[in-house]
Amino acid sequence: MSKDMMPMFELFQPTDLSGALDLVERYGADGWKVAGGQDSLDWLKDRAKRTKAVIDLTRIAEMKGIRETADGLEIGALTTLTEIEESSLIREKFALLAGAASRVASPQIRNVGTIGGNVSQDARCWYYRGGMDCYRAGGSTCYADTPQGMNREHCLFGADRCVAVSPSDTAPALVALDASMVIQNADGERVVAAEDFFIGPQVDIERMTVLQADDILTAIRIPNTWANATFYFEKVADRKTWDFALVNIAAAMRVSGGTIEDIRIVAGGVECVPRRLSVVENVVKGSAKNADTAKLAGGSASRGAIPLNYNQFKIPLLENLVMRAIRDA
Amino acid sequence: MKDPILYIPGSDIAAVDDAAPGTSVLRIRASRRAFIKGIIASGAVAGSSAFLFGGLTGCAPDQPGAGAVERLLSLNINGKVRRVDVLPNETLAMTLRYKLGLTGTKLSCDRGECGACTVVIDGRTVYSCSTLTHMVGQREVRTIEGLEGPNGELHPIQQAFIDELGPQCGFCTPGQIMSTVALLEANPKPTRDQARHALSGNLCRCGAYDHYLNSVMRAAQGA
Repeated sequence: MSKDMMPMFELFQPTDLSGALDLVERYGADGWKVAGGQDSLDWLKDRAKRTKAVIDLTRIAEMKGIRETADGLEIGALTTLTEIEESSLIREKFALLAGAASRVASPQIRNVGTIGGNVSQDARCWYYRGGMDCYRAGGSTCYADTPQGMNREHCLFGADRCVAVSPSDTAPALVALDASMVIQNADGERVVAAEDFFIGPQVDIERMTVLQADDILTAIRIPNTWANATFYFEKVADRKTWDFALVNIAAAMRVSGGTIEDIRIVAGGVECVPRRLSVVENVVKGSAKNADTAKLAGGSASRGAIPLNYNQFKIPLLENLVMRAIRDA
Repeated sequence: MKDPILYIPGSDIAAVDDAAPGTSVLRIRASRRAFIKGIIASGAVAGSSAFLFGGLTGCAPDQPGAGAVERLLSLNINGKVRRVDVLPNETLAMTLRYKLGLTGTKLSCDRGECGACTVVIDGRTVYSCSTLTHMVGQREVRTIEGLEGPNGELHPIQQAFIDELGPQCGFCTPGQIMSTVALLEANPKPTRDQARHALSGNLCRCGAYDHYLNSVMRAAQGA
């Protein structure tokens, strides 16, 4: 393993958002935005991607912290995963997100890794990460979806040339909580629903989110719609620390008199985007919250799945996680 | 006669002929041992840290990139202000080990996947291999070297790690200890599970995890 330096880049450290927006506009695709750096630096060290300029966002105070708003919470994109895990505001109202944040990577990574970075991180397919010229890297082949390709971690749904999955643990929680993403660029601000923030290869194979080169994700808003709901989060990974989810599940439901009145349930690690399990939602809405409903829900979760050579195990894994979410939440 | 700076007695390295005097020392490809022995024998003094980076690609002076300028930073390391020239693409682990000589912080995977390089910044554990030094700013950095007492005595946590035979090979130990420091300062009486969680970002390839946890629990009893 080499202990070398990253290739040289220029480093900019703006202290306010307008300065950062000027820089991302000036550098466009040549400017690499860094917050926690836990995704970024590996790309540069491995020479799998290169950049002329690095824009350090961490000095922008207006992108930090958790605020209560009239109809929910606003979380600055630079808020670390540890801060989210420990925030009493988030634990009280949206324990689902605190739980998801607590399962990301390792303590050291959560101490610097940000919520904005966690939802904006790039695909973790190792062929892509290894710098191979796959579709996602602008090439014309997929190395994972071949007879010999190692695709144990890859997708069950929505493959379109690329079979990478959404690696984030917080993303399914944010979609389940009906959060929205606040994005700024030189033209102003736009707010995108979390569900629409993540995009699959059929929309743009070289991006995981709607963020363009000159955009900065500045905050995440969570409405009170699902505050203090009944939550369930579970992540299954090879190791408890570091590893990305093979499958994770995030559910928010309103249960009254033993009946599931409303629910949003989302799985990560099975599609390029956090997969909202609408079929499951329709199956369980209005049903009693019990083992029978849970079993039915689990069986419906994998409808339409197309496994690859080495990831068939994700089908029962997804089904069982959905079953547990309905039964144990 | 060669340029005296480049003449290294006892080594098999010759000077680089085409290099300008004073800079060519950077181009030497020597084993570190031969080079350091040569420096000692000749009495030459390398005032710059550059020789330590000489074998590291991406940082050699013959391939400057845009912005390849060291800037002087004042870092707060172990309670002291350390002034050091830092490149934009330099990680904190590089600065600590190769510019400040604080080699107690280990570099292993260099990818944030092992924990050997763990340091404590403002009370939180951080992988120094995955932190740009320029992003540290004025925050308080603590390394394993900062634990010793005024007369060089071991920190109680270090003593507990010795008493419980925590380390086997010892390479991951500085990182394990720094994670323990951050844990016990925030939570002086952790449960074993809390300790396990706090040290979960530090790999031990010897598998001495239970010994490490015994050490943490002993240190917590003493605290």
